[in-house]
Amino acid sequence: MVIPRLALKNLLGAGLRTWLNVVVLSFAFVAIIGLQGIYDGMNNQAVHALTDAEYGGGQYWQENYDPYEPLSLPDAHAPLPEALIGLKNEGLAAPVLIVQGTIYPSGRIQPVLIKGIDPAQSLLSIPTHFLAREDVDLPALIGTRMAKNAGLKKGDTITVRWRDAQGTFDARDAHIVEIMRTTAQSVDRGQIWVPLKKIQKLARMPNEASLVVLAQDTEPLKEGLAGWDFKNLEFLLKDITELVEAKTIGGSIMYVILLLLAMLAIFNTQVLSIFRRRKEMGTLMALGFTRPKVIQLFTLEGAMHGVLAAVVAAIYGTPLLVLFAKKGWAMPDNVDSYGFAIGDTLLPTYGAGLIIGTTVLVLVVTTIVSFLPTRKIAKLKPTDALRGRMS
Amino acid sequence: MENSFMIKTTELVKIYSMGWKKLAALDHVSLNFAKAEFTGVVGPSGSGKTTLLNIIGSLDTPTEGSANVLGKKVEDLSNRQAAALRNQGIGFIFQTFNLLPVYTVFENVEFPLLLLGLSADERKEKVIQALEWVNLGERAKSKPAQLSGGECQRVAIARAVVKKPAIILADEPTANLDAENSHNILKTMEELNRVLKTTFIFATHDEKVISYIRRKITLVDGKVAKDEAVNPTRAEGIG
Repeated sequence: MVIPRLALKNLLGAGLRTWLNVVVLSFAFVAIIGLQGIYDGMNNQAVHALTDAEYGGGQYWQENYDPYEPLSLPDAHAPLPEALIGLKNEGLAAPVLIVQGTIYPSGRIQPVLIKGIDPAQSLLSIPTHFLAREDVDLPALIGTRMAKNAGLKKGDTITVRWRDAQGTFDARDAHIVEIMRTTAQSVDRGQIWVPLKKIQKLARMPNEASLVVLAQDTEPLKEGLAGWDFKNLEFLLKDITELVEAKTIGGSIMYVILLLLAMLAIFNTQVLSIFRRRKEMGTLMALGFTRPKVIQLFTLEGAMHGVLAAVVAAIYGTPLLVLFAKKGWAMPDNVDSYGFAIGDTLLPTYGAGLIIGTTVLVLVVTTIVSFLPTRKIAKLKPTDALRGRMS
Repeated sequence: MENSFMIKTTELVKIYSMGWKKLAALDHVSLNFAKAEFTGVVGPSGSGKTTLLNIIGSLDTPTEGSANVLGKKVEDLSNRQAAALRNQGIGFIFQTFNLLPVYTVFENVEFPLLLLGLSADERKEKVIQALEWVNLGERAKSKPAQLSGGECQRVAIARAVVKKPAIILADEPTANLDAENSHNILKTMEELNRVLKTTFIFATHDEKVISYIRRKITLVDGKVAKDEAVNPTRAEGIG
């Protein structure tokens, strides 16, 4: 216990120099956790928004369906297999039929995806119950982005045209029954939602679907699904995960800079300490310290900056980050164009893994940085140290 | 008789390389030191006094020859063994006191005992006793920066004697002190030598120190020029 005790004494005895390092390092702590929490929160929000509004617990895709290949859509429909009908009847699956079409808002032509969904479904957080209206021929639900883009508002009527299963063009007037607000752009932009039965009938695709959304936490079926491929969440969320990772790497640069600054301060302090405290090292050796013990002492002293910084960071960082996590960060309107399903407020997430991981990272890096200059001590002769010289 | 010597140096040579030039700090020095000696190694600057003390204190090793200290050959000791010898058997007193600035007086004196692994109660008892020897009981909670030079050196003495080592090596212990403090310090050391039977070896050219020692070894250019008993009236340590 001699070394930790002496290290702590020396550290606290160094006064302002220690506290400057500790404060800088604590900034790095709070900034790393704060920034990483923002990315984690962004990721969580995006994943939740997409799973709630679009992906559920995974999707079965008709084998021709490819969301990145619009030309595949005319062939991407098939009757539901019995197994999926069973799941649908149990309320564990929601079929979606996707038909390519066009609308004509304000005399313009605009391509859209017409998505048919059961108005009674409750798997996705889309307010499809508005589509249950009987008083209009073709009720349509659109998102705020689509409404803005097409200049549509609730109560408007819009002409919708599509090609049916036989390739014949058909059209109807759709009545906008609701404008929904959703953070998931992928259920909003360039698409209108209509009742599944209606579009199945109008497109001459009875009982058919392009994809089937599975309820969250439902085990996917393994048999009886010929012509349908299951896409799990890992696959479906791949784009958003990669996007978050890319943004995380970009954001990491800032905290790497912060961490480097803090490490530079500690490295500098260590180098100074070793040069200024040679006599002290000599004294310690004269009193019976071996060189490895002196190295341990100086390394521990440096490393304790990290421990103190963690404590200081906890003191002011905890209330700050808790407040931030509760209040969130109001997002400007143009954030929508970033491609993230974030919403109006970004709520950072500070998990135990992030906090423990960051603490361990900072402590390890601080220890390494503290150790590096002390290697000089390994060659230090006690007699030179006592004279205040470096061997 | 050989076994009764605490320290025995045989043909001790220490050569320092100064670039291409070799400098002999010690040149075949053979000396014996018995228990409870109060000895001064004197000589001009560069005569090898500190080098001799460093080798005896296992802080340095000889280039040639042998230094047997408390039954251990300094030249054969590993770093760890040398540190153990210093910790257990030797106390050091330096010209510039070399106190640990962040520790209180009590903690500075306690430090060698921590390394010896003594219990808190044992440490406390020994530190209080050592501080009483040097009349610093009331300054136990002070930091070195709050003490005068004389007080600092008394703390250094307490730190050196607290573990009751067999040998205390004092390198110019009075060089930074005024006459009054020097005499006080020397009296204290003389008293400890008498009470504890500790062997004191001084490296000095201070006349005040020389007036207290009972054996004077004069080094000139790394060689023993004279080895003589002095001050016969001073108290004998042995007894």
